[in-house]
This record gives sequence, C-alpha cells and structure tokens, in this order.
Amino acid sequence: MKIKPNIAVSDSGFVFNPDTGESFTVNPIGVEIINLLKENKETSEISNQVRVKYTVDQPTFEKDFDDFIGLMRNYSLIEND
Amino acid sequence: MEKLRYERPLIKRLESEMPNKFGMKAEHFPKSHIDGVAVKDLIEAHGSPLFVLSEKTIRNTYQRAKKAFSTRYPKVQFAWSYKTNYMDAVCNIYHQEGSWAEVVSGFEYDKAIKNGVPGKRIIFNGPDKTIADLTKAIQNESLIHIDHLDELYTIVELTETIKKRPRVAIRVNMDTGVYPMWDRFGFNYENGQAWDALNKIMASGKMDLIGLHTHIGTFMLSAKAYGVAARKLADLALGLKRKYNHEVKYIDLGGGFPSKNTLKGAYLPGNDTNPVFDDFAEEIASALLNAEFSPDALPLLILETGRALVDDAGFLLGTVISNKRSSKGKRSTIIDIGVNLLFTSFWYDHKITPAQDFTHFNEETTVFGPLCMNIDVIRESAVLPLLNKGDHFVIHTVGAYNMTQWMQFITLRPRIVLIGLDEKVHIIREAETMDSFNKFENMPDYLKKFEL
Repeated sequence: MKIKPNIAVSDSGFVFNPDTGESFTVNPIGVEIINLLKENKETSEISNQVRVKYTVDQPTFEKDFDDFIGLMRNYSLIEND
Repeated sequence: MEKLRYERPLIKRLESEMPNKFGMKAEHFPKSHIDGVAVKDLIEAHGSPLFVLSEKTIRNTYQRAKKAFSTRYPKVQFAWSYKTNYMDAVCNIYHQEGSWAEVVSGFEYDKAIKNGVPGKRIIFNGPDKTIADLTKAIQNESLIHIDHLDELYTIVELTETIKKRPRVAIRVNMDTGVYPMWDRFGFNYENGQAWDALNKIMASGKMDLIGLHTHIGTFMLSAKAYGVAARKLADLALGLKRKYNHEVKYIDLGGGFPSKNTLKGAYLPGNDTNPVFDDFAEEIASALLNAEFSPDALPLLILETGRALVDDAGFLLGTVISNKRSSKGKRSTIIDIGVNLLFTSFWYDHKITPAQDFTHFNEETTVFGPLCMNIDVIRESAVLPLLNKGDHFVIHTVGAYNMTQWMQFITLRPRIVLIGLDEKVHIIREAETMDSFNKFENMPDYLKKFEL
C-alpha cells in the first residue's frame, strides 16, 4: 500500500490532505508509521522496526496497524490499490 | 537498549465545531497507586478484577460529614446503612467511628448483632420484617421503624407474649417538591396516613413511640428537599407534644445524599455539581432549630447516610482484554469487569483512569464488559487515553452498593481488599471458588451419569 504523495506530515504529528482540505493529528508512533510508508517500506519491515523499538508483540501490533491503515484509507490518505 | 512503552498508532480528524463550554477534562495523570499501594502490585497479588477499599477515605469522609452536621446541630447520630456496603470490616470502621447500625432485613440485623452492635443501637427499617425478626428486635430493644399498618398490628399482637415494650418510630413519606416522590414506604404525611398511624400507636398504649423517620429519595441533588422533610417531621413531633404531651426522642432523616459520581445524562461531572454534606446539614439543621422545639428538648438528629460516605472509598481495578472497532468505526475496549460486578454502571458514568503512564492522545471509546451479554456496557462513551491489551485501570467511586448488589454470573466474584491506615493490604472478602459455589448445589442420584 502507498500513502498519497501529496500528503503533508509534520514531525509534531500534524497531517494535511490538500485534496480534501482536511487535517489530522497523529500520535508519535503513527508519525513513524506514516514516514515508513512514505519510504515505501513493506508491512513486515514496518512491524519489525516498531517491535525492535517498542514493547509490543507481533499480533498486537499487526492488529493495531491494520486498524490504523483502515482509518487512513477511510480518510482517503492511502492510494487505492 | 530498553524498549519504549507502546501506544497503538492513532489518527484523528481535526474538526472545527462550536466550542463546548461543558468540555470534560480528559484524564491527565494515571492512578498508579491507592493510598500508597501500587495498583500493579495489588493486581499481581490479588488478581484482576479486584475491589479495593480505602480506610483512610472512609474515615475522612465520615469525619467530614459528622463535622458538617455537628457544627450546626447539637445532637447528631449517624447510623451505618448496612445495605450500602455490609462487608463486616467496612461496618466496623463506621462502628468504631461511633455509627449505630441501620438494617433493612433479618439478615442484615443478624450481621449487625454478630459485629457486636448492641440491640439498642440498631435501627430496623424496611417493609419485610418477619415475626421472628420483630420478636428479636423487641427483645433486643432495637429501634423498629414501622413501614405499614400490618406491621403495626403484628407488633401490637407480639406485645401480648413478649414482656417488653417495643421501641418504635414510623416511617413517613411526603412531598418534598422532588420528583419522583417516594411513597411506597411508610405512611403519607399529606393525606393523614402518618397521623392515623401515630394515633393508633398512642392509643394502643403498648409500645414506646420514640422517633419519626423519613427517607425521601436516593442520590438527591436538592438539599432544600431535606429542609422540607425536616420541617414536616418537626410538625408531626410538635403535634404529638400538643395532642399527647409526648416528646419523641429523635428525628431520623434517612439517607439519600449523593456521592461524587456522575449520573448518566448529566452535563457536568458529579464532583463539580452534586451538593455536599454542608449543604444538607445547613438545610436540615436550620429547619429543626427554627421549629418550635423547646431548646432543652431538641430531638436527636439521626442520619442513615450510606452512599455519600462510602462510594468515594471504593475502587475497582481491572485489565484490558481487547480493543476492537465497531461496524460503524467506533473504538470499543473490552475489559474484565462486567455489569455483574459494577451494578452501578447502569446509572453512573463511572470515571475510569489508566493505572500506567499515558500520552495526551485519547479516543472516544465504548467500554464493554466481558459478559457474553449485549447489556454488558460499562461506559457507552468515554474519552480515554489509548489503552493496550493487558493494561490496568482503576474505576473510581464504586464503594456503595456494588459489593452488596453484585451478581454471580458466568464467573466467580473477586476478592475485596482494604488498605488500612498503615497502608497494609487486608483481604476482607475472599474470591469465590468453584467449591464455594458448588457447596449450594445438589445433584440427584439419577442425574449423576450420562453418556455422550
């Protein structure tokens, strides 16, 4: 999956979608994930990186990741496959 | 390298809406300790869920209530409402503080006796007092608050065989300007039922009428209603003096004061809006002092406050089972505490605070219990920090009614611990076990075997 290229993300967690004019707030781990998505990292790679840094097991993170991506898709921040 | 605490990724759309002057303060700090004891340690040692009571809060709240009334009225007596929380350890804290016992059943009466309360210091309320209960109460010289005429006639009958004069009061119901008016207990003031009962007691000559009692409602948000109630009971007492030259010894205003909980549908947190002891004390004391009692014959003021005394001292600790998202996209969190343990969640929006550090990010969440029942909802909507599976949390203000109205349903009820003034943890009720549950069951022989 790919994040739309024109989505602006600040380090403080402010996300802006110029297509819709909508803005969002994202927590620090969400910002890390968005930045990894922008680098076209695969899901497994993102999962590994997060699990190295944070106290979370794989099933929990993958469930939360799917939920996060689902919301981003819902907000039209992810490109359609 | 030590790993960082995980918080699930969150994205929230920023929406500009009308500013909300009733904005609820989000949780800013975790509730990691109760009276100096770590929530994590409590759960490790005693399991999750776990009821925790704070002796310090119980005593402080009692002393605050006592001060509010005794600084305004010279003769005040509290009677601990057993039905609010009849854990023996809790009752005895109140008895140590000087509270009498207020009971509403034979079971509660026996509990008070077992706790060592002298019969004379037990107030016996309620509509269901059996002949055995009444006999015991008469013999022990307890204060019997008569609820209906059938009970009155039963007591008159009992005086034929028991050689003691029953010490009685009547319960009076009345219009105090609040809705709904509680008129199912006792005798009505406005339509003359109360006077009818008083006349019958006085005419019988077989019992000592020593008090007047009312209990006007529950979680009362109007202190003024108590002023009305006190004036009406004072009017009855003064009427007895005029008609029979009989002085009642006490006026019992019952209970009904609210705790700091927030009722469902309330705009503002109960902590900010509910009247406090001083408000009620001011109304009641003024009404009694301004009535026409002779200064040397002021009746004793009895209060049967339960909820307002113990609710804040109770905490329910639990653990997150799972986070889900509903079909409509709303976040839901499943916890290991259901409505079977937290009966009061049917009418309160209980405050829930994580027990570990969290960030300022939060999400509107429905909090579900673990029961396989659709009604098992602890909070329909709560703005909560991001809780992970396995995280612990504290539900506040659960000391009243939950430990007496809890239900054994699909699981066993947990331990209750008391944190003493010395910050030591005392188990005051063990967790139920399969054996303790099965003790009450019997299997007929012919049902013992089957083949599948």
